[in-house]
Amino acid sequence: MSRPDVTLLSALMSPVGRKVLTGVTGIGLVAFVIVHMIGNLSYLSPDPQAYNAYAHKLMSWGWLLYTMEIGLALCFLLHAIVGVSIQVRRRKARPVGYKAYKSAGSPSRSGYSARSMILTGIILLGFLILHLNSFKFGPGEAEGYTAILQSGEEVRDLRRLMTEKFREPLYAFGYPVVMVLLGMHMRHGVWSALQSLGMMSRRLSPYVYAFAAVLGALVAIGFLVVPLYIYFSA
Amino acid sequence: MAKNMTINLRIWRQKSPESPGKLVDYTVSNASEHMSFLELLDVLNEQLIASEDDPVEFDSDCREGICGSCGLMVAGIAHGPQQRTAVCQLHMRSFKDGDTITVEPFRARAFPIVRDLVVDRSAFDRIITAHGYVSVKTGSAPDANAIPISKDAAEEAMDFAACIGCGACVAACPNGSASLFTAAKIAHLALLPQGQVEASRRVVAMVDQMEAEGFGDCSNYAECEAVCPKGISVSGIASMRRAYMKGAFSK
Repeated sequence: MSRPDVTLLSALMSPVGRKVLTGVTGIGLVAFVIVHMIGNLSYLSPDPQAYNAYAHKLMSWGWLLYTMEIGLALCFLLHAIVGVSIQVRRRKARPVGYKAYKSAGSPSRSGYSARSMILTGIILLGFLILHLNSFKFGPGEAEGYTAILQSGEEVRDLRRLMTEKFREPLYAFGYPVVMVLLGMHMRHGVWSALQSLGMMSRRLSPYVYAFAAVLGALVAIGFLVVPLYIYFSA
Repeated sequence: MAKNMTINLRIWRQKSPESPGKLVDYTVSNASEHMSFLELLDVLNEQLIASEDDPVEFDSDCREGICGSCGLMVAGIAHGPQQRTAVCQLHMRSFKDGDTITVEPFRARAFPIVRDLVVDRSAFDRIITAHGYVSVKTGSAPDANAIPISKDAAEEAMDFAACIGCGACVAACPNGSASLFTAAKIAHLALLPQGQVEASRRVVAMVDQMEAEGFGDCSNYAECEAVCPKGISVSGIASMRRAYMKGAFSK
């Protein structure tokens, strides 16, 4: 008896492959949000042009940046497609639900963060679209949002755009709420990604779960301080 | 003296696989705190038979927590609120006098209801048949210690081999996934030299069969580990994934 035939595609579509895809794309997205969060913190730098200089530096990468953006878009797309397909299969796998159901408690990790992955995921996707529309595809030099760096270069004044947006209560408070949801998504997602990639053992698991919770909290806090700072320093 | 308890039960009654089922209320007024949950159902069935009603059908065999025949959702939890036991080892002292307890079958598309609380778990047998074994020459027993296995590997393999195939992992999983059951067998054999020869075909065949049976995806909730009567760790699922990634692309 030999092994059933496996192609790269059938392996990726298998129950294990679907988890590997979710995990790998998730790790890519986590790397992105960490870099994005650290970049945002440059708004708080004593140098008023630090944020614009950082954004300008990124844009000057040209094709390298576009390649990264395409990679990120693919990560988002695959992550969302597999995530939704898991939900669809979940309904098929248990067509008649329980009248009474509850978690048996630890060692279950089925808390709020784990059970709301699809909900926080959908909210994050919606947020991403609005966010890109407000900032990435928002007003630029053509609309008069121009700053001059110390080097004398004229660049897009993203700092002004950010300052204006986060003076509005909807942005100043809406963003932090979504960032808390991002932290929750990461709390289950980071541990889950490593488990999906087969990296977990009984000994490691509790530490990695704690690490995921701390990382989720740090990313959420790192993101939400800037909007709140802008709103309250007005 | 054992304390006398009155227990209200809301039990899923379903005449046949196709007929619609519903929760029906019953009261057992002469329960003892020392009874197992299945003995409580026995007492209820005596009552039902005496009043010429159909008794509640449920599976059980050894009633020692080792055979994997029994399995019920008790108060919303597979095998009930007491962890690391099958429902036959759940005793009424885990409840209070006057409690109302909902009892439902293990629910999954791959576990069709036969009648009342009895479900058909032969999907598990088919996953094992797919390759949950090692091919060995039978006959005289091999010499002891002919194949050296480290103490740690032997102990961990034994932890995974403790799976009794009750199906609680599927029943408790919010997604109806059979990952813990399938992984327990794969992880058990992956730790032993005897399992290496057929490692790649085993993991691919078993994962394929798990998919074919219509179980859901794993979302790493680890709810399965919490209800497993043997406390099998979800680290076995990580082990299955490693084995799959390795096995799918090797000879």
